[in-house]
Amino acid sequence: MRITAPLSLTALAAVGLLLAGCAAGAPTETEQPAEPTADGTFTLYSGRDEALVQPLIDQFEAASGIEVEVRYGNTAELGALLLEEGDATPADVFLSQDAGALGALSQAGLFTALPDDIADAVPAGFTSTDASWVGITGRARVVVYDGDEFTADELPDTIDAYVTDEWNGRIGVAPSNASFQSFVTAQRVLDGEDAAAEWLAALAANDPQIFEGNTPILTAVNEGVVDAGLINHYYWFRAAAEVGAENMRAQLKFLAAGDAGSIVNVTGAGILSPAVDDADALEFVRYLISLDAQTYFVEQTFEYPLVAGVDAPEGLPSLESLVNPELDLSDLDDLATTQQLLADAGLI
Amino acid sequence: MTVAPEAGTTAAGVPEARTAPAAQSRLGALRLGAPGTPPTWLVIAAVVSAAAASIPLVYLLVRALESGAASIIETLSRGRVLEYASNSLGLAAATTATALVLGTAVAFVLTRVRVPFARTWLLISALPLAVPSYLAGYGWLVAIPSLNGFLPSWLLLTAVTVPYVTLPVAAALRGASGDLEGVARTLGRGPLRAFLVATWPSVRPAAIAGSLLVALYALSDFGLVAMMRFPTLTWGINAAYSASFDRAQAATLALLLVVLALVVVAGERSARRQLPRAAARAVAPRTVGRGMLISLLPVVAVAPLVGVAVPLLGLLTRLLDAATLRAIDVPRLLEAVGSTVGVAVAAALLAVLLALPIAALASRYRGRLITAIESVGYLGHALPGIVVGLSLVFFALAVVPALYQSIVVLVFAYAVLFMPKAIGTMRAGLGDVPPRLVAVARTLGQSPLQAWWRVTVPLALPSVGIGALLVAIATMKELPATLLLRPTGVQTLATELWNRTVVFEFGAAAPYAALLVLVAAVPAVILSGVRSSAKEEL
Repeated sequence: MRITAPLSLTALAAVGLLLAGCAAGAPTETEQPAEPTADGTFTLYSGRDEALVQPLIDQFEAASGIEVEVRYGNTAELGALLLEEGDATPADVFLSQDAGALGALSQAGLFTALPDDIADAVPAGFTSTDASWVGITGRARVVVYDGDEFTADELPDTIDAYVTDEWNGRIGVAPSNASFQSFVTAQRVLDGEDAAAEWLAALAANDPQIFEGNTPILTAVNEGVVDAGLINHYYWFRAAAEVGAENMRAQLKFLAAGDAGSIVNVTGAGILSPAVDDADALEFVRYLISLDAQTYFVEQTFEYPLVAGVDAPEGLPSLESLVNPELDLSDLDDLATTQQLLADAGLI
Repeated sequence: MTVAPEAGTTAAGVPEARTAPAAQSRLGALRLGAPGTPPTWLVIAAVVSAAAASIPLVYLLVRALESGAASIIETLSRGRVLEYASNSLGLAAATTATALVLGTAVAFVLTRVRVPFARTWLLISALPLAVPSYLAGYGWLVAIPSLNGFLPSWLLLTAVTVPYVTLPVAAALRGASGDLEGVARTLGRGPLRAFLVATWPSVRPAAIAGSLLVALYALSDFGLVAMMRFPTLTWGINAAYSASFDRAQAATLALLLVVLALVVVAGERSARRQLPRAAARAVAPRTVGRGMLISLLPVVAVAPLVGVAVPLLGLLTRLLDAATLRAIDVPRLLEAVGSTVGVAVAAALLAVLLALPIAALASRYRGRLITAIESVGYLGHALPGIVVGLSLVFFALAVVPALYQSIVVLVFAYAVLFMPKAIGTMRAGLGDVPPRLVAVARTLGQSPLQAWWRVTVPLALPSVGIGALLVAIATMKELPATLLLRPTGVQTLATELWNRTVVFEFGAAAPYAALLVLVAAVPAVILSGVRSSAKEEL
């Protein structure tokens, strides 16, 4: 109650300041790393869900004695939050659900460069090109289909076949979702700009069912509302863990190796500039690409490990068979072109 | 014709006393069409509140303008933006119209017809307020998975927002005089015509103010339209953040939403004509036949059925399929209940405090400045929570970095978001206080302060209570701004629910969903019982 008056007054003052054109400062350039220091605690912003990540964090805390302050949220919102906070961020590490958010923060100069042993642990194509963030797990793009309607053999294994007349009104997509946009970017790199634009035009003309993200598409296919959809494989395994794989009506179809529809999206982590010499934060990121953590992801979230020496989850095609094009997953200039294509096609 | 108030009946929670100005100064900026000039201190207080409410707007302007005019035009002319905007406006218009008609009809039935268990029915009709729109959408999708598009968005939004009209209209009808309606009937008007001619004018301010809240809710809602796949501007704003991390693009779309909201607020103002208040006298409910009662039942039951019963049943069936029905972590659950109730109470107090000067000014005076202040006060409610949340991040870091990620900033954000829920009802309540009564008190030798305390406060207090309860309910359900601004580690029922549904753990989510609805139902139930004014004699 008593805080109100000062608050309102500061509000008034601030509005005056802002109107005078005083905006948040631009991010400063990354400094040269000093000698890392440890104080036994750091703050993590996690765009990955508590139910999946917290057990791993507990393992890390037990093993290292370092205390992790975690702030959970969705990747997009935490990305926007970090951009808004700039150098004033309380966060030391950002754990992201997709490469796009990491790329946006990297472009804004918010990350500090990772040491070589971390940056080089993950093969090119699954991590940043400038060591600003590191890939941690992979998620294959797949077609999810109604198992009551089809068998896997009846379904085409190229992405082009899903925009023919036969599929009119029967396919669910999430054009505003980062993982769908990564796939379109890959398509542009692999098949060329014209082919990608044609594919999008064909999709748009085919009465696609537009969803907001992967989860609602999977739910709709599982309920028989749409016959098929384009998602990341990982969501199916999450849902199967909840209701039992045998109760899943939706099934997954992996497309042919080399097809743009089968690329692998990555989750990843980066260290924020203010934590440039935070040894605890560094230790945590290093832990995420350790055999322990990579095995945890394989077993608990059914994602692809990105570090050599850990086998992919059972029942999934090998990572090598899903050819990952030589593209920077977080290249935002590419992303902007992709979004222009989507807008031209009337999909966003 | 007014009934004298019961002197001295006051309750706790009275705003702190203000000293009356020794001399009333004239403010050049005010174009007066109303009795007298507002006291300077009141104008200053209202300007401070409006400044708080304008934080999101300033933030959006900063973010949109830093990208340059060309980029703004490019964003607005791109892809489906115009379609999104017309969807937003269409959904808001349709939802408001149906909520206005249905809410008025329900209120009329419950106050003018002798319905068995009328009090219980009124309580039930308040319950949809306690159900977050995303939960209602989710529950319906479990029942009918193929739902999508405008129609279900419209019907469900109507169901969860109709109490914003029902409750104030029911309260106003209990205080409205039925005499004129009887006169109109004897002059040969049908029941509907008689109601429109004689009674509607006296409940119209309450109905219109409630409709404004419905319209703003419909404009700002994202949870339900996302579930129903109906792309509105909030959908576009969300896409701008989630795919391109483009804050300038999101801000431009949000400013478009602000423009739509200003149109709505201006529409409400022109619809709100000041009418001479009819003498307040409750009318005894009429007895109708059983057949008539049965035919009226669907009118009263439809919103609770659509907005509460079906969604909760849907959640229940999911629960039965779930594998994550682990032992409920009771301490964690209680902690979430505690923080939910705590922030809701604090937000309600702060929002009422901020809304009070704006409401007082708008209830008594006219002028461009006052119009501007009131319009700005409403803006927070028209924007999705993520935008208001980010604007408070921006503001807190620039002005009070020490308070960033503290409960103070979170509560302040709730107040900015939900202040509009208190402005309308308090403006109506304060406007109902007859100036003559205050004048009488003054001639009887009371000081201005004493007159305010003994006349204005008792008469306007119920409307303050209604405003506070509406804010508390909205705060309990709020998710996006809460996720952005809460202190690290603090969980509300809404964030706990989100934590689990996002990973398909419907079983683990169920207790949080049930508790959220239960906890939010408490203020909703109290709300249904608050009388609109102390003048009622039931």
